[in-house]
Amino acid sequence: MKEIIVLAEHRRGELRDVTWEMLSKGRQLAESMGGEVNAALLGKGVGSLAEALKGKANRVFLVEDSRLDVFNSVTYEKVLGQLLTERKPFLTLMGHTAMGMDLAPALATQLNIPIATDCIGICLDGDKGVLNRQLYGGKVNAEVSFVKEGPYLVTVRAGAFPVEEKSPLSTEVVSLPSPLTDEGLAKRFLQYVEAAVGEVDITQADILVAVGRGIKEPENIPMVKEFADAVGGVLACTRPVVDKKWLPKDRQVGTSGKTVKPKVYIALGISGAFQHTAGLKGAGTVIAVNKDPKAPIFGVAHYGIVADMFKILPVLKDKAKELRKR
Amino acid sequence: MNIIVCVKRVPETSEADISIDKSGKDIDKSGLAFDLNEWDSYAIEEAIQLKEKIGGTVIVLSMGGEDSNEPLRKCLAMGADDALRLTDQAFNGSDGFATAKILAEAIRKFPYDLILTGAQAEDDGFGQVGVTVARLLGVPHASLVNRLEIQDKKVKAHRELEGGLEEVYEIDLPALLTLQTGINEPRYVSIMGIRKVAKKEIKAMGASDLGLKPEEVGLKGSHIQLEKVFFPSVGEGAVMIEGNAEEITLKVLDIVKDRGGLA
Repeated sequence: MKEIIVLAEHRRGELRDVTWEMLSKGRQLAESMGGEVNAALLGKGVGSLAEALKGKANRVFLVEDSRLDVFNSVTYEKVLGQLLTERKPFLTLMGHTAMGMDLAPALATQLNIPIATDCIGICLDGDKGVLNRQLYGGKVNAEVSFVKEGPYLVTVRAGAFPVEEKSPLSTEVVSLPSPLTDEGLAKRFLQYVEAAVGEVDITQADILVAVGRGIKEPENIPMVKEFADAVGGVLACTRPVVDKKWLPKDRQVGTSGKTVKPKVYIALGISGAFQHTAGLKGAGTVIAVNKDPKAPIFGVAHYGIVADMFKILPVLKDKAKELRKR
Repeated sequence: MNIIVCVKRVPETSEADISIDKSGKDIDKSGLAFDLNEWDSYAIEEAIQLKEKIGGTVIVLSMGGEDSNEPLRKCLAMGADDALRLTDQAFNGSDGFATAKILAEAIRKFPYDLILTGAQAEDDGFGQVGVTVARLLGVPHASLVNRLEIQDKKVKAHRELEGGLEEVYEIDLPALLTLQTGINEPRYVSIMGIRKVAKKEIKAMGASDLGLKPEEVGLKGSHIQLEKVFFPSVGEGAVMIEGNAEEITLKVLDIVKDRGGLA
């Protein structure tokens, strides 16, 4: 029977959303080929997480060890290497997340199994997998296939697969012994460092005016700030603007920044890479201005304007100020 | 400290109008500008800053045709000591895994304490090559590093997690780190700077030089192959607002007002 194993991703006592997304997709794939979907849960004192996974997988393989208290690619690679060698699942799913990116390529190399990363579509056609992923920052999609026979390892983009409501599965929790020993590791976890707290909390704003790469120069930011102030909004941005140190990190919307939920989100010169739009899921109305009619942001926006933001912005700013005065 | 940096030449597509080429397997790259992969520009900058601070050498590697001499020269102008290009007909069609094999074999030719790569490439976005290279070489790694500090025979590396949280690791050298954008401010390279290194030899190595058999690289040595590319469906898509700047402004402000803004 064909088995699919999903690595349950959790951090600080909480299962991450991508886990439910992978279990949902895994179940659909397993059902289509008459197999089963199982979860692998590694940690210390994670019994409650195993409980939470009940109904979503046929089996939960639980490995508890004090050395698995926090994620470390070295310990995870060892434990999963053993599990996958024993079970030989047809497909293993992990998130294309900070965790999966550190772990999956190393694990696939250790086991010498084919890997495809950052997938947004998975179709298992007989013994051959067909996958969808994105190229050029999401400007085009690609269909790729595995060249070699499975078992396969696929990392999936967070948010790419919906969580479908289905009748609960009867789940068996299987505790497995940990293969870890006290041998020293070449890579040692020291601590977490919290995200810096800034002067504004963009997650609480009703209106956000956000700028991306299209802002071109830091000198252009004050004009956007003026517009944001005039509409009673708060200034936000994409990662490239933070990388260039033009705005502080606490203004960043996206995977590595904040997830926001404004009533209105105005995106100026933002192409719409998924790392950014992943932070926009809770936004009400998204209005996007971009020069490129094929920019992915128009797939997310409710209203789109194909234009040079610098032709629109001065008029927007002046008119908003005028209306505000009344 | 001997540092090796792996870089890639990529087309600049973030603001370009893209079309798909006749093969249906790639975008039409004619007319596009090419540059050093953005993530890699942070990797080479970090290497040079480390060299300036604690001494040592920086060797930069890239897989690709003669065009890849451009980014390599840019790295030399930034301060790298040596550049090496990995090129062979047999390398064509290499996926992330096969590319990692080629890079790993080249890296074995040099003494190293630290290997730096970008966390991913702008074009294929695998985000797997660096970590795979580390595993093939049997050295510890950390990906998505946004801060690092060398301490004797160790490196302290901050990994960037979701939501701006970071996790800090202490890693024994030699090690491989894949870097996130924003870790430093890559220096500007002038045309004069590039000219100064124009005569510097960039050696090229092929599969046999690296001890790789043709079937270990290229499509045969890969895990995945590209079947076709297509434009993503935009779903329902946005309602497009057209007109001159004034007309667009009025419509946008109407929407904002309707949802409680401008109050």
